[in-house]
Amino acid sequence: MSTALPTGGAPSAAPALLRRGGHPGDAVFKVAVYGAALVVLLAAALILYEVVAPAQPTISRDGIGFVTGSRWDPRVNVFGALPFIYGTLVTSILALVLALPIGLGIAIYLAREGLGWFRAPLGTAVELLAAVPSVVFGIWALFVLVPVMRDSVEPALAHLAFIPIFAGPLSGTSFFTAGVVLAIMILPTLASISRDVIRTVPRELREGSLALGATEAETTLKVVLPAARTGITGAIILALGRAMGETIAVTMVIGNAPQMTAHLFSPGYTLASIIANEFPEAQGRLFISALIEMAAVLLLLSALVNAVARVLLVRGTARARAAR
Amino acid sequence: MTATSRVARRRVVGNAMFQGAVSAAVLVGAIPFVLIVFFLLRKGLPVVLNPDFFTQVEHPAGFPGGGMKNAIVGTLMILAIASLIAVPIGIFAGVYMAEYGQNRLGDALRFISDVLTSLPSIVLGIFAYSLLVATTGHFSAIAGSVALAVLMMPVVLRTTEAAMVLVPNAVREAGYALGIPRWRVTLRVVIPTALGGITTGVLLAMARAAGETAPLLFTALGSPFLNLDPTKPTQTLSLIVYHNALTPYPDLQDEAWGAALLLVVMVTLAGIAARIYVARLQRMSR
Repeated sequence: MSTALPTGGAPSAAPALLRRGGHPGDAVFKVAVYGAALVVLLAAALILYEVVAPAQPTISRDGIGFVTGSRWDPRVNVFGALPFIYGTLVTSILALVLALPIGLGIAIYLAREGLGWFRAPLGTAVELLAAVPSVVFGIWALFVLVPVMRDSVEPALAHLAFIPIFAGPLSGTSFFTAGVVLAIMILPTLASISRDVIRTVPRELREGSLALGATEAETTLKVVLPAARTGITGAIILALGRAMGETIAVTMVIGNAPQMTAHLFSPGYTLASIIANEFPEAQGRLFISALIEMAAVLLLLSALVNAVARVLLVRGTARARAAR
Repeated sequence: MTATSRVARRRVVGNAMFQGAVSAAVLVGAIPFVLIVFFLLRKGLPVVLNPDFFTQVEHPAGFPGGGMKNAIVGTLMILAIASLIAVPIGIFAGVYMAEYGQNRLGDALRFISDVLTSLPSIVLGIFAYSLLVATTGHFSAIAGSVALAVLMMPVVLRTTEAAMVLVPNAVREAGYALGIPRWRVTLRVVIPTALGGITTGVLLAMARAAGETAPLLFTALGSPFLNLDPTKPTQTLSLIVYHNALTPYPDLQDEAWGAALLLVVMVTLAGIAARIYVARLQRMSR
């Protein structure tokens, strides 16, 4: 849009005359769109209810013990979710550590102006990659990445086994492989949101710094990134939330063993992957309830993480606008 | 060498290293995606090019000549039902937010839909299971569609709102000035003007839903038969990729690669179509 017409927010613009009498159709239409809005709110409430209420048997039996218990033995109805919470956190944080430097690099590259014809296609490619289904990453990871991890990467890193995280049975299906797959999966999201945030940094800041004789590196690291800090933190937390809820690809490569160990080359388990693996064939009231409670824990975790991310992203963009 | 020239050299070298690191990040980031496309084409293309892939239903391991007809039909059916639920609700709620939503309820809806967008999809599977599988006693395509509809709704809603807010108020006022009631202005003037953005949102939501696996595992469940009854268990391409990849049978694993390639092609085409549409509309409005 090249002309600067005022947009959106019709109510204030509608003349008073219109509002007074009104048209009978207006009332009907308003009820219809109001209704749709309420349906969305109701759906959200219903999701919360349908994921918490059926977990009542284990919630009332185990209470807080469910999330603090570390023993998982469905045969004797002992349900401790801690190893799964641990697996979810370890794999997503690992993914973030691996993806962050690369994602930020790509974002910085994409946010610059006029550096060649392939910038636009590259940006589009990054956005399209964000839409590749999880299961596609899963099949690739299972048949391509796991063997490489087992035969090359893990044995090579095992020379550093004096640092406990680089230890384990070297089977290829591990916390580590799951973290690598997640890193690849969150990379497009991380890169494209960070790029958008960096682009909201006022040009004057950048150009002012360059005009003072700062190099490109100094400008980016000391002026642009600090100005975009809040928004980038939002992007990072959003990516963390996505990694925590990711199910299929992780389930295919993590090895499915509920254990808490610092050895990243050991098999593990996550909240999402135990549900995917066990729920289709789950038997018994308590076992089903325990798996649904896992989903409730996952829902709370991700809602929390995402709420924080949204607040930071909104605040970051608002601050950049205010500086303009 | 003087102190200043040493500092200058350090700055030049530091800058070069930074530029190198940024370019290296782009290259390293591209590697896995190049490898994914390479393996998808190498393993999936021969499978997809076999006509049986589209015309036959699944065969058990060891019985060659099977195809994905049941999964392709199932994917389209589940996606169609999900869209029938999510698209009208999403568009109407988006209209509410753009035209009436400058208040508390609108803010609440905006926040809720953002949270919904980022809910883990497996949680939506549990939701649909509790709502429609546990209560009816059997798995069904509809249960899968409901899970996917919840996933699509916030995407449609937010893109509809964004597209409608971009319509200039002068357009609305022109309608009011002609004595047209507000609802007709919204339906016949504002929505058509914003149609490009709304279509993009619908396409992106469908592309996202088409590839989802986790919410279908215990709702649509999967089925080796061609099924057109939405109350019965139904196969999808994503479920085939997941289940067949985890079997020890090479012929089923090959089918999984073929199905994965088909999924990526579908999702990418939808994404490109949405972008071309937006680009054309932007050019037209200039």
